[in-house]
Amino acid sequence: MTDVQMPAGDQAQQDGPMLAADGTTLKRSLARSLRRRKIQALMLIAPLLLFVLLTFVAPIFDMLYRSVENSIVSNTMPRSTTLLKDWDSATGELPGEDVYEAAFYDLFLAKERKDHTKLGTRLNYERTGLSSMFRQSGRGMDKIADAYLDPLKDLDKDWDEAEPWLDLMGDADWVAIAKDARAEEAPNFVPNAEIVTLLPNTVEAYAEFQTFLKEEDPRKRLGREEPWGLVHIALFNDLEQTDVSAYSGPGADRLAEASQLVQSGTVDIPTFAMGFADAHDGWVNIEIWRTIQTYSPKATTGYFLNAVDMKLTPDGAEFRPEKERVYGLLFSRTIYMSLVITFSCILLAYPVAYLLSNLPLRQANLLMILVLLPFWTSLLVRTSAWKVMLQQQGVINEVLVWMGLIADDNRLALINNQLGTIIAMTHILLPFMILPMFSVMSTIPPSYVRAAKSLGANNWTAFWRVYFPQSVPGIGAGSILVFIMAIGYYITPAIVGGNTGTFISNRIAYHISSSLNWGLGAALGAILLAAVLLLYWAYDRIVGIDNVKLGG
Amino acid sequence: MKLTKLFLASTALTAMTAVSVAAEVENLTLVSWGGAYQKSQSRAYSEPYAEMTGMSFNWDESSSEAVAKLRAMSEAGNVTWDLVDVEAADAMRLCDEGLAVEIDPDEDLAAAPDGTPASEDFGDMIVSDCFIPQIVYSTTFGYRTDLVGDTAPSSICDVFDLEAYPGKRALAKKPIGNMEWALMCDGVAKEDIYDVLSTEEGQEKALAKLDTIKAETVWWSAGADTPQLLADGEVVMGSTYNGRLFSVIEEQKQPVAMLWDAQLFDIDGWIIPEGLSEERLAAVKEFLKFATDTQRLADQAKYISYGPARMSSAPLVGKHADLGIDMAPHMPTDPANAQNTLLNNYEFWADYRDDIDAKFQAWLAK
Repeated sequence: MTDVQMPAGDQAQQDGPMLAADGTTLKRSLARSLRRRKIQALMLIAPLLLFVLLTFVAPIFDMLYRSVENSIVSNTMPRSTTLLKDWDSATGELPGEDVYEAAFYDLFLAKERKDHTKLGTRLNYERTGLSSMFRQSGRGMDKIADAYLDPLKDLDKDWDEAEPWLDLMGDADWVAIAKDARAEEAPNFVPNAEIVTLLPNTVEAYAEFQTFLKEEDPRKRLGREEPWGLVHIALFNDLEQTDVSAYSGPGADRLAEASQLVQSGTVDIPTFAMGFADAHDGWVNIEIWRTIQTYSPKATTGYFLNAVDMKLTPDGAEFRPEKERVYGLLFSRTIYMSLVITFSCILLAYPVAYLLSNLPLRQANLLMILVLLPFWTSLLVRTSAWKVMLQQQGVINEVLVWMGLIADDNRLALINNQLGTIIAMTHILLPFMILPMFSVMSTIPPSYVRAAKSLGANNWTAFWRVYFPQSVPGIGAGSILVFIMAIGYYITPAIVGGNTGTFISNRIAYHISSSLNWGLGAALGAILLAAVLLLYWAYDRIVGIDNVKLGG
Repeated sequence: MKLTKLFLASTALTAMTAVSVAAEVENLTLVSWGGAYQKSQSRAYSEPYAEMTGMSFNWDESSSEAVAKLRAMSEAGNVTWDLVDVEAADAMRLCDEGLAVEIDPDEDLAAAPDGTPASEDFGDMIVSDCFIPQIVYSTTFGYRTDLVGDTAPSSICDVFDLEAYPGKRALAKKPIGNMEWALMCDGVAKEDIYDVLSTEEGQEKALAKLDTIKAETVWWSAGADTPQLLADGEVVMGSTYNGRLFSVIEEQKQPVAMLWDAQLFDIDGWIIPEGLSEERLAAVKEFLKFATDTQRLADQAKYISYGPARMSSAPLVGKHADLGIDMAPHMPTDPANAQNTLLNNYEFWADYRDDIDAKFQAWLAK
């Protein structure tokens, strides 16, 4: 279009691009109107597009993201996972005291925020027993901290009280405000200047404690909550290093006493490693540390490996023992059974669709209603109806026994197995095969078959060479529809499938709603999605997606 | 003297909050299991409360997916439930995940009529800090009286005896219960079951025992399946919740009887979801105090054969509200029924659920 030189008209004597009525070049004018149309079209679909993006695409991606997301470990135990990076598990030695100390701070804070049990649940997917280990270790952390508090408490009960701590740590003016019960919100902690230089760690721990309190509930006050164990530990560390004899502010006597006690070296404080061993014997098991180390990174392939019957171990990925492999079996079963269902749908639907498109309108409409009727019935009702039909004391078996075709004690097992799933799902998905077939067949002009016959073809040849090829797009559309729906089905297999007729979707549903292993559920779902896309792509390459028609 | 004052003050305070709460929160959303069980809760707890206070109630039948849904709600920051009925194991999980509010039984729950504090009245039933026990139920077996021959099954091991009792059995499509029974009938002493089950060999042993009846088993996933299978004569015996069997036997008059041997005790109760506004929380706690008091728990037993979780409620259990039969002999806790019982080991299953379930499902799928 661009290079086309139009012959000059009456007014336009000179060569040049053709102009629109408003004087701009036609090309630009066209482009502009095209763009306007596109924007208009986009605006028209915008509500739907937004809706689909927000309620469908975004949640799916959010869910799929969970199949690799693993930040809970490093978020809950930031200090120890950083140190664990440098720990070489191959030496066969437990991590050093520094790791145990870091793990103590991590777990102590996690316990206060009630996060440690969440982490336990997460790690329990990888190693059985970690759930209760973390739950029990929460109490163990308090015990470790109590080793510091108890000797202080023996000196003076005030060490375990909220207000004396407030007096000791805070700036005098601030303390007065902090004690004012009328204030809506606790004022930010202002430390006593002298104490800051003497006990820097303690002040820091105390400030952290206030931040935590505020996070938990803005109405909680330093003056009413006795500080947590981390403050006592910090005080111990400070007193070991500093001489506090010069201090004369509030609580000076207590502090001097404590200082004496700490520096005397008579207090027996166990190591963190000992404290952990006391909390749960799992903490001195090297395998458990290796599991934590393996699952420290923020992203993991663990879920995907689980989904293909493998396992992420410290030594890399390896297959699970034969007895635990289930997903490969379920995936192949799902695809195999979906194919069987699709083919039985084709076989059953083709004659019906043919009949529908060739009957006179009145009869065709009646037949159409019969096709659509089950479509309007609830899925659960139809599936349960199949249960009544297929079970051993059910309608089909009763009739067969009554007719003497099978013996009473040898009734057919038609349900709670693969056969039951295939029968029920074929019936349920049949309309999805019939409708696209019908809409394609009804556009095939009958004159073609007549022409073939008048040219000498017999009935079969006329059908096979002339009619059938024209109906293939309907088969293609129906097959894709039925296959993709079948592969993700889970209600029907759950009800009539027994133990050999269940699909992978049943396991996905189980992991999403029962075991709550959303990461594994997401990984299984992602694999299923990839499998569908792959099959779709293969179909496009072999048959050609242009050959698929849902109607005229 | 001081105590009385305190008591008076606290009563006044409660009364005040009750009044102010009623003014603000007008309806509560309760989540339960649907069916006869939810009806019993509605008749015993919420209807009388509604009459008393004018509170209205919405019921949501989502308990079977409560943990997943609460997690999703909490992630979306929009908790729409006020009180959720869950199994004890789920309550533990919700508590572990920080999705349920911790409860102080003595402060939040009513004391028994004789003054026993709630924590003692409920006793061991309080298996988690977030859990308010309500009923004791059991998973146990029912059998068709007309299909088992002359000697009715009397022991759990009859389930595994295909020679004496040929025909199909219905078992739950999950390891909990099945593994324990399999080990029991494989000669493991009751007190050793969980020790054995925590080992690889023990798990294989249990599955091997289940293998002997695998071909003759129908696996159920909904509690209503077994009663239906029994009524249809599809199975000779099957496990399910004892309340379901009660309604098959007493309400539908089917030829079914209970096999109480080795019934697996479980506890069901309430949790309050984390993230409610202060007013709602106060309103929920107010209702909860009423709904879990001694009389209300005993009342529930008029409608369904689940044992009240309070010790003080047991003597108050009377007759069925509609059938007029004595309910005590139908309770899983009745001494005649509770000669041999197992208690769901929540700690064990919290650890081993994923592991054993993977093995169980792999075994099942083959």
